[in-house]
Amino acid sequence: MTTALFECRNLTKFFPIKNLFRETGRVHAVEDVNLTIPEGGTVGLVGESGCGKTTLARTLLLLIEPTSGQVIFRGEDMVSRSKRQLRQFRRETAIVFQDPYSSLDPRMLIADVVGEPLVIHKVAFGEDRDNVVLSLLKRVGLDADHMYRYPHEFSGGQRQRLAIARALAADPKFILLDEATSALDVSVQAKILNMLSQLKADLRLTYMFISHDLSVVRHLSDHIGVMYLGRMVEYGTREQVFDTPTHPYTRGLLAAAPSLDPNDRDRPREVVLQGEVPSAVEPPSGCRFHPRCPDRKPGCDNVRPELVDIGDGHLVACIPG
Amino acid sequence: MEARENLLVVDRLKTQFFTYGGVVEALDEVSFEIEKGEIFGLVGESGCGKSVTATSILGLVAKPGRVISGRILLDGENLLEKNDHEMNDVRGSRIAMIFQDPTSSLNPLFRIGRQVAEPYVYHQHRPKRQALKDATEILTKTGFPDADEKARNYPHELSGGLRQRAMIAMSLTCEPELLIADEPTTNLDVTIGRQILDLVKDLQREFGASVLWITHDMAVVAQMCDHVGVMYAGSIVEKTDVRTLFRNAKHPYTERLLRAIPSAVKSTDKLEEIPGSVPRLINPPTGCRFHPRCDYVMAVCSSVKPAEQEIEPGHWVACHRFAGEGEAT
Repeated sequence: MTTALFECRNLTKFFPIKNLFRETGRVHAVEDVNLTIPEGGTVGLVGESGCGKTTLARTLLLLIEPTSGQVIFRGEDMVSRSKRQLRQFRRETAIVFQDPYSSLDPRMLIADVVGEPLVIHKVAFGEDRDNVVLSLLKRVGLDADHMYRYPHEFSGGQRQRLAIARALAADPKFILLDEATSALDVSVQAKILNMLSQLKADLRLTYMFISHDLSVVRHLSDHIGVMYLGRMVEYGTREQVFDTPTHPYTRGLLAAAPSLDPNDRDRPREVVLQGEVPSAVEPPSGCRFHPRCPDRKPGCDNVRPELVDIGDGHLVACIPG
Repeated sequence: MEARENLLVVDRLKTQFFTYGGVVEALDEVSFEIEKGEIFGLVGESGCGKSVTATSILGLVAKPGRVISGRILLDGENLLEKNDHEMNDVRGSRIAMIFQDPTSSLNPLFRIGRQVAEPYVYHQHRPKRQALKDATEILTKTGFPDADEKARNYPHELSGGLRQRAMIAMSLTCEPELLIADEPTTNLDVTIGRQILDLVKDLQREFGASVLWITHDMAVVAQMCDHVGVMYAGSIVEKTDVRTLFRNAKHPYTERLLRAIPSAVKSTDKLEEIPGSVPRLINPPTGCRFHPRCDYVMAVCSSVKPAEQEIEPGHWVACHRFAGEGEAT
């Protein structure tokens, strides 16, 4: 067994909706999520817009303060810590965002963009910093003469390389990749994905990979969590989730993704999901998926299903019928 | 298979943009045909000229761009010879378009029903009240739940999926012969995107329209299209029926592109990379535009643009490797 690097217990995040005077409602962004990220692993999170993938990940990094629950990093609870006490935690965790056009400051030189974490964490200054930046750029496949340019001079793929170089600067152990390749073309995406695998092996990193693209998550992750309206509905190894999907939502999601085989077009799909994701302000009672569920049973609208181990750590939140 | 009639013939279309930085050769002699009642896919990466092809067909190439040469025949009529006034009668009526981003292509200040009814009023001169009624009907057809009520909503009150359905309803109002769909599912979630794919396919069968489907997603091509053209840097490099493309891709770019898709390989394998990056189209590479990145590059590739060869019936490849195997066009 590998040790857990990250763990969250009953993590919940509600965003209040306020009018001028009082709270009028809450967005149930993440509710009661338990998750373990083993050291050296890659955990993928999939789900549709608004299902809470990004909120969960950012709460995990304490970029958003959780409403309740624990975030445990290397065995220690981080939620109760002060900002000063979190500094080491901040150094060991990093994030790469989806859109490399808005995540790099257009008025900063690349040397400053990539070197900023080094200065903030007091790792290296001046010439030392430049040397570290240089080796980081080489690591992500860029050249020394890129150091004194501005972000607008780079293509989308190169910018994402810069964002990765910056994430690596303070020598983190954990990187959150939030839709890191979603804005890229297929051939550029292939290069970035290969590079991420290589970096992980070289630097012994732990990844959390968020994407709505199932094939990308499948390619990179060894464990996968499927989220729906703020809750984890299925969790397991890549093979468990992709080869034997069990929750009706997971099955519907996998069936909805277009396949690369033209012969599949005439094949009837096992599960076809109708309708749209309901609002997270007033989520459905019981199982949140029940209004769209093809296997709905009478109890589904009032009993909340818990994640149950159906064998070898494959967790599914669905009332068996 | 019986020979079917072509609805749209695009013949050696050349579109360029005259910018201060130089001439962008966006389309370099693009040719393809769309049969009546089929879905033709145009697939390629950003900047390869897919969308410029669409705007060229509609006569909407934005300045400083211009169609330089070529022919676009819709049922035998050359659209490039029509003036603006005549094109207004074609757009929205005989050719309709669905855009990628329904949020920015719907007018935020008008109710959905009114926007969908507009083509009825403009092209078919129906009275307003009748047009609104008909709009509600077509919204129901595209899967709007309680269309009567939703027709009175403004675009911001609808979800992304419903907005895209409204766009589709609008494009179908005048029963166009050709529907151009420019990445209509790219911004949508997987399950909603799938609903839209199914919807377009059902409606296309019902209305019998031809569709030009523009996308960067090979999986969408596999599930939607009958024939496919693969574009690279302003040219169509390979064109064939969809099954042949996935079984027997011949152009080096298509081959590589198909192996760069994560779901196409075993998850533990490395993904195929295409060396280098897409060239800029100001002073693009001479000869075959793919030659600087190609594994099979030969001396001739950098000087002569390869002609399209028919290497098997209906399978055209623009690559010097196959020169002499078939009849050059």
